[in-house]
Amino acid sequence: MFRKFTWLEWKSFLRSASFGKSLGLKILMAFLALYFSAMFLFFGVALFPILKKVYPGQDPLVIVNNFALVYFTFDLLFRFMLQTLPVMDIKPLMVLPIKRSKVVNYVLIKSLFSFYNFLPLLLIIPFTLYSILKEGYAAGDMIAWMAAMYATTLCMNYFNFIIKKRFTENLKALIPIVIVGIGIALLDYLGIFDITAYFGSLLNYVLEFPILFLVPVVLLVMLYSWNFQNLKSKFYLDSGLKGKNKTVNTKEFGWTKRFGSIAPFLQQDLKLIWRNKRPKTTIYLSFIFLAYGLIFYPNDTYQDMPAFFVFVGIFITGIFMINFGQFIPSWDASYYPMIMAQNIPMRQYLASKMGLITFSVVVLAILSTPYVYFGWNILLLNLACAIYNMGVNIPLLLFSGSFNKKRIDLDKSPFMNYQGTGASQWLVGLPLLLVPIFFFWIINKFINYEVAVGVLAGLGIIGLILRPALLTYLAQRYRRRKYVMIQGFKQKGD
Amino acid sequence: MITATNLSKVYNGTKVLDIEHLDIPSGQNFGLVGNNGAGKTTFFSLLLDLIEPTSGNIFNKDITVSESEDWKPFTNSFIDESFLIGYLTPEEYFYFIGELRNQNKADIDSFLIQFEDLFNGEIIGRKKYLRDLSKGNQKKVGIVAALIGNPEVVILDEPFANLDPTTQIRLKQLLKSLSQTSGTTILISSHDLIHVTEVCERIVVLDKGVIVRDLETSEATLNELEAYFSAEVTQI
Repeated sequence: MFRKFTWLEWKSFLRSASFGKSLGLKILMAFLALYFSAMFLFFGVALFPILKKVYPGQDPLVIVNNFALVYFTFDLLFRFMLQTLPVMDIKPLMVLPIKRSKVVNYVLIKSLFSFYNFLPLLLIIPFTLYSILKEGYAAGDMIAWMAAMYATTLCMNYFNFIIKKRFTENLKALIPIVIVGIGIALLDYLGIFDITAYFGSLLNYVLEFPILFLVPVVLLVMLYSWNFQNLKSKFYLDSGLKGKNKTVNTKEFGWTKRFGSIAPFLQQDLKLIWRNKRPKTTIYLSFIFLAYGLIFYPNDTYQDMPAFFVFVGIFITGIFMINFGQFIPSWDASYYPMIMAQNIPMRQYLASKMGLITFSVVVLAILSTPYVYFGWNILLLNLACAIYNMGVNIPLLLFSGSFNKKRIDLDKSPFMNYQGTGASQWLVGLPLLLVPIFFFWIINKFINYEVAVGVLAGLGIIGLILRPALLTYLAQRYRRRKYVMIQGFKQKGD
Repeated sequence: MITATNLSKVYNGTKVLDIEHLDIPSGQNFGLVGNNGAGKTTFFSLLLDLIEPTSGNIFNKDITVSESEDWKPFTNSFIDESFLIGYLTPEEYFYFIGELRNQNKADIDSFLIQFEDLFNGEIIGRKKYLRDLSKGNQKKVGIVAALIGNPEVVILDEPFANLDPTTQIRLKQLLKSLSQTSGTTILISSHDLIHVTEVCERIVVLDKGVIVRDLETSEATLNELEAYFSAEVTQI
């Protein structure tokens, strides 16, 4: 039976629309996979000697154990964001004479063969071998340790599914847990409650009493059966059907009224963002990326390179612009024929999108003002970047959007989701970021900082003044591309 | 009201629509019938400028639809579910379409009263998104939305499909009275010969993109249509 399932999976993989993903994307994914494999392998071999050098006189293995909790936490975090739940199209299988438990087992075991479970092996196995062969640790102890580490990794695999099942529908419920997590991390950081060390000493016990590796293995079995029960109880059509009719969100966004003729569209876009998973996540991402500056501003390496701060400024004030704007008009893909046939002038449609993004830039610019802590010049630069975004980058993004013809399904998670991504998304990034950086860099180098900031803002203001003309041009372009878009948006699949 | 001249559409070398001349006068209830692939939806899509004609033009009230957007204010339509916005509730959808057609909320509310029977209590006030409604109810929403704002031209692609019998009968009454009272030009397509002959004053039969019959509806029309379509069956 398992062989037949595998055969089905293989067919669905080969024949899926995403198999025909663009070549560039395939290359990128392959490159990322290779890169991470190489990094993990490198650390697997080199970690022991590195630790020995950095912490002389301490047992590197104990240090590794102390870091294990942090490692697993990040493991879980990345899994939560990137790894998808194992699914199989069960609907057609339900009426066939196949035992439910068999399908569930298959789905769960299949999830083990994932890149996320393969990567840690590249770290754990070389490290273990190195300890045994080069450093002379007892082989039995180390193998038990290795088993414990890998079993814990697999625990993360199944634990992630449980978390995901519970929280992807309701990300807000996750907030208290995140707060507790941050609290624990803080306590640990301040040395009040050293949880990583406790976890480390647990792993140290495994080295002393190898038989203890059974603990994570038992845990793994428990998590597996928990998942098993979970999935098995979901193996009915109505649990999938019934769950859809949640109470609806009827927020009206009445305040958009004051924006006049574009108000209905603005309202429409806000509902689009608020009620659908993928656009909604762009909002959360915007807030997370607000903190981006904290990485760069305090860092001495970048102090002599203010041109780099242009990058940060464009990014902070424009992250929503980039995330949302690059997929215009694909967000409306599923009802684009209606937009085109209804009484909606193209110009107004685009004007409302511009208005929404401009609004987001203003909000993010205001929220970024606390960066004045790192100096007035940073605040000024960020504001200039915001104006530049409004004047130049928004029309630029809409222009590149006129090349979009790929559909987007609104309620899929955006992480590692390349649906709707085409060449235009990759190409627009260059002028979007490089042009302002280049202008700033060259003027800052040959004149001074203030003039460079002024030029950025000036370019933005020119763009804002030209906006009506740009809109007319863009509307023309979109009208010319409309048939291609309608045709493209009909194609389902990635 | 609507004129098509030398209109053709070619997909990959096959001509799917080829209309030399078609004139639909204002206020006419116009029906389009034909088997699958006859070109009904293609014609409507061309009329709404959703696809580009390979040759020829369609004029909607003397406006070339592929060159100007000025026909949009007085034309309303429902082709398929891609005309619905899945994440809105039916009310929100009606209000949205209303706003596009200069109708405020109160206008829409009073407009919707006449459809209470049609909606059968399953659409208004149920706090459901359009994507969660059944196919038939989605269709009702789309059809009613296509009537918002007193349009001069209404285009409905297969309005009777997926509807329950009672709703089909109600819809027939509605369409008939609409053209009589407000002089709206209504274009519908259907696979159901009885429905079209009841509703439409004029019926055009398409076959592989070509007009093969153009009938003023009379007592004999239904028989004529049935004879036409069954002729193909006996031939084989």
